[in-house]
Amino acid sequence: MPKAFTPKVVTANALLEGDVIYLGADDTWVRDLADAEIITDEAIAQMRLLDAQSRASEAVGVYLADMAPTDSGPEPTHFREAFRATGPSNYSHGKQERA
Amino acid sequence: MYSYTDFDAAFVAERNRQFRAQVERRIAGNLTEDEFKPLRLMNGLYLQLHAYMLRVAIPYGTLNGAQMDTLALLAEKWDKGYGHFTTRQNIQYNWPELRDIPDMLDALAEVQMHAIQTSGNTIRNVTADHFAGATADEVADPRPVAELLRQWSTDHPEFQFLPRKFKIAVTGAEQDRAVIKAHDIGIQVVEKDGKIGYRVLVGGGLGRTPMIGKEIASFVPQQELLPYVEAVVSVWNLLGRRDNKYKARIKITVHEHGIEDIRARVDARFEETRKAFDGTDLAIFDEIKAQFAAPAFRNAPEDDFTAAYDADPVFRAWADSNLSAHKAPGYAIAQISLKAHGATPGDATAEQMRVMAQLARDFGHDELRITHEQNVVLPHVHKSDLPQVHKILKAHGLATANIGKISDIIACPGMDYCALATARSIPIAQEIATRFDELKIENDIGELKIKISGCINACGHHHVGHIGILGLDRAGVENYQITLGGDATETAAIGERTGPGFPAEGVVPAIERIVETYMKERTSPEETFLQTFRRTGMAPFKTALYGEEAGKKARAA
Repeated sequence: MPKAFTPKVVTANALLEGDVIYLGADDTWVRDLADAEIITDEAIAQMRLLDAQSRASEAVGVYLADMAPTDSGPEPTHFREAFRATGPSNYSHGKQERA
Repeated sequence: MYSYTDFDAAFVAERNRQFRAQVERRIAGNLTEDEFKPLRLMNGLYLQLHAYMLRVAIPYGTLNGAQMDTLALLAEKWDKGYGHFTTRQNIQYNWPELRDIPDMLDALAEVQMHAIQTSGNTIRNVTADHFAGATADEVADPRPVAELLRQWSTDHPEFQFLPRKFKIAVTGAEQDRAVIKAHDIGIQVVEKDGKIGYRVLVGGGLGRTPMIGKEIASFVPQQELLPYVEAVVSVWNLLGRRDNKYKARIKITVHEHGIEDIRARVDARFEETRKAFDGTDLAIFDEIKAQFAAPAFRNAPEDDFTAAYDADPVFRAWADSNLSAHKAPGYAIAQISLKAHGATPGDATAEQMRVMAQLARDFGHDELRITHEQNVVLPHVHKSDLPQVHKILKAHGLATANIGKISDIIACPGMDYCALATARSIPIAQEIATRFDELKIENDIGELKIKISGCINACGHHHVGHIGILGLDRAGVENYQITLGGDATETAAIGERTGPGFPAEGVVPAIERIVETYMKERTSPEETFLQTFRRTGMAPFKTALYGEEAGKKARAA
């Protein structure tokens, strides 16, 4: 059996602020992971990634990040994505500042 | 201190103007990220985990009050009110926005600072002993030659696309406070037959493959230094492994070819490079040197110092751990710890920066230094002023008395900020410092240097920490390897791994067991951690960490 596809979100950093951004289902960039589109199909994920990569004047370093779908939205499966989604642990800066 | 010439000022202004236009073209969509990235890196601008990061050079760690005030201004106006001092005498801003970078660079230029070559495959900020020009034990102030090297390497056309980054450090003293043995080129000012010259080491470095630098020349005369260093970089520029990023640093080139082969190639190349130097560099060197003349030290009684030392135990503790011997009678070198227990190592708020700037102006001949250990130095303070200096520092959370102690930890930004990190460093440092402050045994432990890196690139110098901690990603969980016996000084050594790593919550207990073992094993309180480790070897520490069996195996090995 082929390995099950791990759901993904499209993520990057915003060109102007450098802030972590995610691709929403409506093609807008969103700042909150909870608002990101979670993609469960591999072919669709690749298409969404290519589309997002073409938006070079908005986003830098676009890639697909592994997520677990939950009732409250995508949840990171790796601690690096968890830090990206919240901010640093030594100060309440970044996304946690706005929360 | 060195002051920009018209040429320097025009060069920086022109570079800033170019970069402003490049930023505008990037934002307008006329440059792709692939085109823009090398340009922004040349100007110290990274894109990190949560934001851009601007790395500003503090050449050889020296700055004056006005420059420190501008660093504070940048922190306040375009960042989140603080800056992070690094292990290479730079300051990093963690939250600037792309549009603001050109204004930040212009503000820096007003006080003769910039971010050029703080990134990319170029010769980076030349670092030096942070006690330069103040310490009693130096042959000569290393900063004039560091400045000469900075001028030579800045925008050097042959060295803008090197196989990898290239780092140079200079010391003027036998006692190495600049970690010259862990640099691509380490330079030590030496004296022979009454003449100043330079001992040159090559091929040191930490990172994935740590190496201690090897001596390539025992004495290079002043007039030959630039052509000689140019020959070294030039040989590596051709020979360095561009096929593999992990084998590209000169330490690998030296390791693969052997120091004799490299020396022969450098000597051959030197015959070429020396012809291009007509003595202009010597004239420039003399002009630079004149600007580093020692300040006019004053003669005054030290009674105020003695009185405070005898009466105030808090001042006494600070004086005992944070002061070092100065070459001028009645003076001291005062270190300002940026390692308050539980705080982020190397961070200073804008307000603290301004306080330090004012202290430098009022009591320190308008000079400050940044150490590779992420602290700040007032290099020239008369002892009679120290009680007042200490009082002001205390009022601003800057009087932590822990220089060289277990809580004076080097920590890289780690995964809290860095895009390359594999684990966090800062919280580990915070927890260790907090724990040993609670235990109240810091002074009893004595000199013990902990250095933490959040990935194998080793910005936190973990290999040369008496205790080194390396954060890794083990199957999606933060895991920390511990090394013992590293040394960053003239007796440099790479630490030895204790064994399997520890989960984040296991690091503090492991450090406690290591420290308990040291205190049990040491022959007297005077025997430092490093001396004890060198005498006993790994065995007792292994037993303490992993049990009797592991210790026995270590003893047998």
